[in-house]
Amino acid sequence: MLSFIARRLGLLIPTFFGVTLLTFALIRLIPGDPVEVMMGERRVDPEMHAEAMHRLGLDKPLPAQYLDYITKLAQGDLGESLRTREGVWEEFLTLFPATLELSLAALLFAGTLGVIAGVIAALKRGSLFDHGVMGVSLAGYSMPIFWWGLLLIMFFSVYLGWTPVSGRIDLLYDIEPKTGFMLIDTLLSEEEGAFKDALMHLILPAIVLGTIPLAVIARMTRSAMLEVLREDYIRTARAKGLSPARVVFVHGLRNALIPVLTVFGLQVGTLLAGAVLTETIFSWPGIGKWLIEAIGARDYPVVQNGILLIACLVILVNFVVDILYGLVNPRIRHQR
Amino acid sequence: MTQSNAVPAADQALLYPSPLKEFWQAFAHNKGAVGGLLFMLVIVFCALFAPWVAPFDPSEQFRDALLTPPSWLEGGQARFPLGTDELGRDLLSRLIHGARLSLMIGLASVLMSLIPGILMGLVAGFFPRLLGPSIMRLMDIMLALPSLLLAVAIVAILGPGLINTVIAIAIVSLPSYVRLTRAAVMGELGRDYVTAARLAGAGLPRLMFITVLPNCMAPLIVQATLSFSSAILDAAALGFLGLGVQPPTPEWGTMLASARDYIERAWWVVSLPGLTILLSVLAINLMGDGLRDALDPKLKNAQ
Amino acid sequence: MRSIFMLLALCAGLPAFAQSQSLVVCSEAAPEGFDIVQYTAATTADASAETVYERLVQFAPGSTRIVPALAESWEVGADGLTYTFTLRKGVQFHQTPWFKPSRELNADDVLWSFQRQRDKDHPWHALSPRGYPYFEAMGFAELIEKIEALDEHRVRFTLKHPEAPFLADLAMGFTSIYSAEYAEQLLDAETPQKLNSQPIGTGPFVFERYAKDAQVRFAGNPHYWGGKPALDRLLLAITPDPNTRIQQLKAGACQIAVFPRPSDVPALRENKDLQVLELDSLLTAYVAINTRHKPLDDVRVRQAINLAFDRQAYLRAQYGEGNATLAAAPYPATLLGYDERLQPWPKDLERARQLLAEAGHEKGLKLSIWTRSGGGPTNPNPGIGAQMLQADLAAIGIQADIRVFEWGELIKRAKNGEHDLVFMGWAGDNGDPDNFLTPNLSCAAAESGENQAGWCHKEFDQLIREARRVAEPQRRAALYREALAIFQDQAPWIALAHPKQFAVLRKDVEGFVLSPLGSNNFAHVRRKP
Repeated sequence: MLSFIARRLGLLIPTFFGVTLLTFALIRLIPGDPVEVMMGERRVDPEMHAEAMHRLGLDKPLPAQYLDYITKLAQGDLGESLRTREGVWEEFLTLFPATLELSLAALLFAGTLGVIAGVIAALKRGSLFDHGVMGVSLAGYSMPIFWWGLLLIMFFSVYLGWTPVSGRIDLLYDIEPKTGFMLIDTLLSEEEGAFKDALMHLILPAIVLGTIPLAVIARMTRSAMLEVLREDYIRTARAKGLSPARVVFVHGLRNALIPVLTVFGLQVGTLLAGAVLTETIFSWPGIGKWLIEAIGARDYPVVQNGILLIACLVILVNFVVDILYGLVNPRIRHQR
Repeated sequence: MTQSNAVPAADQALLYPSPLKEFWQAFAHNKGAVGGLLFMLVIVFCALFAPWVAPFDPSEQFRDALLTPPSWLEGGQARFPLGTDELGRDLLSRLIHGARLSLMIGLASVLMSLIPGILMGLVAGFFPRLLGPSIMRLMDIMLALPSLLLAVAIVAILGPGLINTVIAIAIVSLPSYVRLTRAAVMGELGRDYVTAARLAGAGLPRLMFITVLPNCMAPLIVQATLSFSSAILDAAALGFLGLGVQPPTPEWGTMLASARDYIERAWWVVSLPGLTILLSVLAINLMGDGLRDALDPKLKNAQ
Repeated sequence: MRSIFMLLALCAGLPAFAQSQSLVVCSEAAPEGFDIVQYTAATTADASAETVYERLVQFAPGSTRIVPALAESWEVGADGLTYTFTLRKGVQFHQTPWFKPSRELNADDVLWSFQRQRDKDHPWHALSPRGYPYFEAMGFAELIEKIEALDEHRVRFTLKHPEAPFLADLAMGFTSIYSAEYAEQLLDAETPQKLNSQPIGTGPFVFERYAKDAQVRFAGNPHYWGGKPALDRLLLAITPDPNTRIQQLKAGACQIAVFPRPSDVPALRENKDLQVLELDSLLTAYVAINTRHKPLDDVRVRQAINLAFDRQAYLRAQYGEGNATLAAAPYPATLLGYDERLQPWPKDLERARQLLAEAGHEKGLKLSIWTRSGGGPTNPNPGIGAQMLQADLAAIGIQADIRVFEWGELIKRAKNGEHDLVFMGWAGDNGDPDNFLTPNLSCAAAESGENQAGWCHKEFDQLIREARRVAEPQRRAALYREALAIFQDQAPWIALAHPKQFAVLRKDVEGFVLSPLGSNNFAHVRRKP
């Protein structure tokens, strides 16, 4: 097992360096001038420009610049935003919990509903409910979520007035960001009603972000369940006279969930891509919105290292999923 | 069961059905897929004959008819069946011309990623020592970046526009083709017929393209359909973020982005482009399901 | 179903601040920082110059009239070169967890605030990473000969030449008065950057906290010399999307929404919970024609472009009926020297084609139209204008493609003169005609790039320079009339519109007035119980 983990870890290193190369190249290919961005509206004369290029180390040959970049990364220095002059790492840390909170809520929504719908659909294969689940999940999978978000806002927030329009919490609350998770912070703050308010703000974005994972999970659960239900041990369990519920939930679901969990893990990248759109629509102050704005404003260090951080995150999650999958499924471990 | 009936049945079974017919029977069995196909035929027809089908030029501005509601609503005009947008352009005409654009983006980006994807996948499968792993690492790296973010970054480099949108989407969907092709190739390489071809002295190109590749096509076709639909979605997302096709070109996502401002006053300019995207993508996905059932019987019951 | 409603009703319960008055404003952009002299954006000024800081003089609420502020009174020398200000006594700087003032406002604070920007040897001068853009753009370094403290409460400015708009300039954000004592404390602690993140001033509101891109929180200043404001708490909620601002306002999450989309205004007026404020503001929307690019250096081509564009239709589509007036000049009719006889260019395709043909372009032309991605007060929906111009130019054989850039990027590229035609807007900030002409149309501005038309017309330039030095309004007006006639004939811009300015308020908000200068001040706002 250890050698398996070591092998997978070994694969991470070139991937990581590849990603740094990619982000390094990306930023040097984007047209525009970092010095101009830094100076804002100020007029820049050639002398000042050259001096600033030198100070930023942008006048060196590319390999030397890359070496500088890697060295700084190794020292944990991710640079600072050209717009706000705050550290990229600090900005990431303050914004990431918002994205994480949203993503976890979306996964919770998608996971619970998706597994339940998938299991029932599998048990009642061919029924109206089954067809319904399959149809709806295909529609969900085909949904342009930026439009879906707008529709939900139009209906629930504007027309019915049930949910707030955007943001994480009502503006009048002054919640101290202790953990960065609004739901936890509001509980800690002892401000009356703050938790409920934060929850209401979370509902629509979580539904929007969870729509595609919900569709995928429902379909996956259904097919995994169908497969498991055909297996011998299920038949044996049934033959032993165990109650159908016990058969399904203890024996069937447990095994069916393994591939579902893998998909869960692999959905992280999709989820982050969805977060970009969801955060833009709901003005959710997370890393997706942060990066889109940074790209628009040509905030080079944020774009470069923000993308790097996200890539590391995806790599890490995939790694963990890989290991877990190896743990539960010994066959994988011994494959090349 | 009487014996007289068994004879013609045996006769039928002896006839080997043509692959096309077999495929169609399997495909037609899936009603959703047929529905999707019919819808897509309408869209393709609209796209091909847009200038003749659409009542107006999609960029023509009727400045005395801004934000006219659809014709069945109060204040609607018969000449604008689906109403007009903020510049008085006929929405139906824009959607029809938009179909042309979306299909073109989908098709072009699929081709642009399918061909290099297959090549790289073949190479990776045939050279498992050095070249293969390095290609796969490269794909891992690309997969580590969320697709939309990577597309946005690519567009930021190249600048917004139709062609750059296609390129960005093609690059983003490259890894799945490479992975799929490589996996299929690795599966086929151990088979007897490949060994036989090798022994018969087939050269590498022949082995690659004529012996192995045709046997890997089924999953690739399914993947191509699926990435066709996600290309349309991604293009619309880029358009929505203002990075895709630029106005006044009537791309569905771009239309949605500019319509966002009228969400409270003119629901039709927001709802209709989105609905069109949803229905087209849904139709393609339904077709994809049908294709998979028909081409890849192994997967039929699994999914 | 009923239980769902009850649950939702419970959840929707708003936090109660029953006794104390608080106001939430849905503002349109995040402040760039709080050290206002480093910045030029109006939204940055709203969050610092209008709340925390004050100046020697100020504009009376809702007008461009100059009234006393930190200076109780002033005298102008007969030659127009010296200005002597007598400071108000007993003005306190803010008390905050990070600063406890030991003395009241005096001449040192005024000197510090100006010397920092003007004196290259001042210990603070080099500490602004962005420099002092407004101070530089207004030419203050060349204008001011010296500033001296006559005694603890009197300060004298000596100018190098007479400058008619000088007093109005002193009411602008970049002349805000800082606490010299606080600056000293920061320098001692080696944390000068805190001047930008924890501001101290004398204004009606005390800065509390800024949550990046989310909100700025202020408390009412209990020691304010003008009396404690009715509001105990002021929140600027940063809401860039105009739709969201209105939705938040309707939901009661904020009580004032600035810059609604003009086209939304008619519907907002119908809403019983809201009130709409409207004002003819000092805004000009225009398209700068890059006169340095061929063939736009030919005045006939510029005139043809002006004749081709249907401004009336543009006004209707962009702002809605009655929400803007057609522009004939760089500044609105309410300012000095406007000529009532000026007529905007009519739409006349025939003459446009003829002019193009005369200039040798009967076969057509290719141009680029540049515009911004997100809307702003002068150009609420940038896509509309660019596409209308494109369609109208096509009618006279000019093929134009549209390039969209994010606002900051657009300004920068326009400054470099990369565009052919660019949609721009200008918000006047002191009510003087010069404030429109010199920054946008002078030869100096063409040099620096702020004049996006790159238009340097010797005669025009001479006229506006002279008008700056003349004090007598009649003569100034005559000079401006002459300059405007040249502008009209030479057509370096397509002058589009003077949009009206709007704000939407909940019904219970009182005492808020729109300023023609585009700034938002909440010092006199209160909420009806």
